Amino acid sequence: MSGARLDLEGIGKSFRGLRAVHDVSFTVPAGAVHALIGPNGAGKTTIFNMIAGVFAPDAGAVRLDGETISGLRPDRICDAGVGRTFQLVKPFRGLSVLENVTVGALHRHRHLGQARDSAAAILSRLGLHDRRHQLAESLTLPDRKRLEVARALATEPKLLLLDEVMAGLRPTEVDVMVQFLRELNQRTGLTILLIEHVMRAVMALAAEIVVVSYGEKIAQGTPHEVTRHQAVLDVYLGEQEMA
Amino acid sequence: MNLVRRLVGNAPPRILWSLGALLALLLIAPALLGKYWLSVLILILYFAYVGQAWNILMGFAGQLSLGHALYAGLGGYIAAGLYFHYGIGPWAGLFAAVAVAATAGAIVGYLGFRFSLAGVYFALLTIAFSEFTRVAFDHWAWAGGSGGLFLKVDATRDIVNLRGGPVLFYYVILALAVGAFILCRALLESRLGRYWLAIREDAEAAQAVGVPVLRCKMIAIVISAALTALAGVWNAFYYNNLFPETAFAMGRSIEITLAPIIGGLGTLFGPVVGAVVLTGLGEAFTDLSDALRISGIKQIFYGLALLVIVVYRPAGVWPWLADKLGLKERQP
Repeated sequence: MSGARLDLEGIGKSFRGLRAVHDVSFTVPAGAVHALIGPNGAGKTTIFNMIAGVFAPDAGAVRLDGETISGLRPDRICDAGVGRTFQLVKPFRGLSVLENVTVGALHRHRHLGQARDSAAAILSRLGLHDRRHQLAESLTLPDRKRLEVARALATEPKLLLLDEVMAGLRPTEVDVMVQFLRELNQRTGLTILLIEHVMRAVMALAAEIVVVSYGEKIAQGTPHEVTRHQAVLDVYLGEQEMA
Repeated sequence: MNLVRRLVGNAPPRILWSLGALLALLLIAPALLGKYWLSVLILILYFAYVGQAWNILMGFAGQLSLGHALYAGLGGYIAAGLYFHYGIGPWAGLFAAVAVAATAGAIVGYLGFRFSLAGVYFALLTIAFSEFTRVAFDHWAWAGGSGGLFLKVDATRDIVNLRGGPVLFYYVILALAVGAFILCRALLESRLGRYWLAIREDAEAAQAVGVPVLRCKMIAIVISAALTALAGVWNAFYYNNLFPETAFAMGRSIEITLAPIIGGLGTLFGPVVGAVVLTGLGEAFTDLSDALRISGIKQIFYGLALLVIVVYRPAGVWPWLADKLGLKERQP
């Protein structure tokens, strides 16, 4: 498993004439961890959905290692090597934790036994092993967030899209997740793009931050640069002090 | 051997022994039972079998069909028509029957799944197709129109043409029910089966982890329709008559869904347990209404009994029963 480069080339999307995302371009180099931040409604999840194939961009293209993936179905984009989590978690509620992750692992392992072993290994690393026989619907929200990550990782992606996986976690739990993702990135070279409001996690993980507001990219740079960028301070940080 | 191991999997020996004993009993049942009880057992096996077939689509893949009479009716009519007009026996005719029903399933499935009709909207589509087909068969001379199609009643055993008495039909439906049970177990323990469950739980999340949702749903409806067509073939030769008004009736579709719903959706034993409960209740209430000499009271009691079961055992009888017996059908 190694990382892939992600290129967004001027992607845009409108819903019934309402411009959700307009002409957004940025690159996440292979093996890098970048963050996508912006106020609520800025279009972050819409950008994720275009990368993951939930809908195709109206304009522009999404490339993974140079191959155009925009316009493909979500399962094809998963084939291409993109794993994603959902902001509003979507566990397979009636299945056990282990089987949730096994479904992801079946993407790379044809046989149920192998897939289950691979799923169990991922669950151990995320600290969910003890709960593997519980039904997913019985998990607490932080555990459901972890399950989202585990299920996406089980597909062995080259690019991992994390949509607010830290939301609702306690500070110590955030640190554990940050540590896990950092190790994962260092060990496997997996490229990670995260949408996150928990700035503590963004600062700890992201080499670069892309800031969007009203569907447009307004800044990009290292955390140090972005926190001093006037446009960012105006639209986003006016309300709260950045860590 | 590998397949056997996968099928048996981690089922406790207790269950395997009980199933073996049950199968042995069923195999010798015709020698032990009188005509009446054999006919009851035949009904149970029939509902267990079609229930299993319907459960693949609803219980596993989560797609509600209220028009399964379409596939049973097509299967029955095709096989019976080929025999009636050209003397082609059902063992050959069933291939045509299955092909036609599977194609019908593929058409309904494609229209529904490709255009993302979900839940009750998909169910309405299945009803609509079943109804169109009923009207078409009312006017189709080859199939006898609304006057129906009749096979000559002949109790001399002729296995090649599936002619004979109840014992022959008993063994055929027993083989179908056992075969469907084994097939469903194998499907559930496969990648496809897990993909179905994932789709049933959340199709969007399933697709995000690489599940080809449309293809998996299509496979589910085609397998379900094909198996249901076999029940239709069996039904046509057992009862020797077919009418559009009954073969494609809404009631026929509903009765196919009852055993798995009452027994436990998405479970392997649900359709079987449900078939026993429903047929048992049906027979008991028939006797009761005969004894009370009030006609129609059977339906009232039957409806009330279903109501009570659905209210008190919403997940079905089997999960509750398995718990009481200390068994747990392993939650996948």
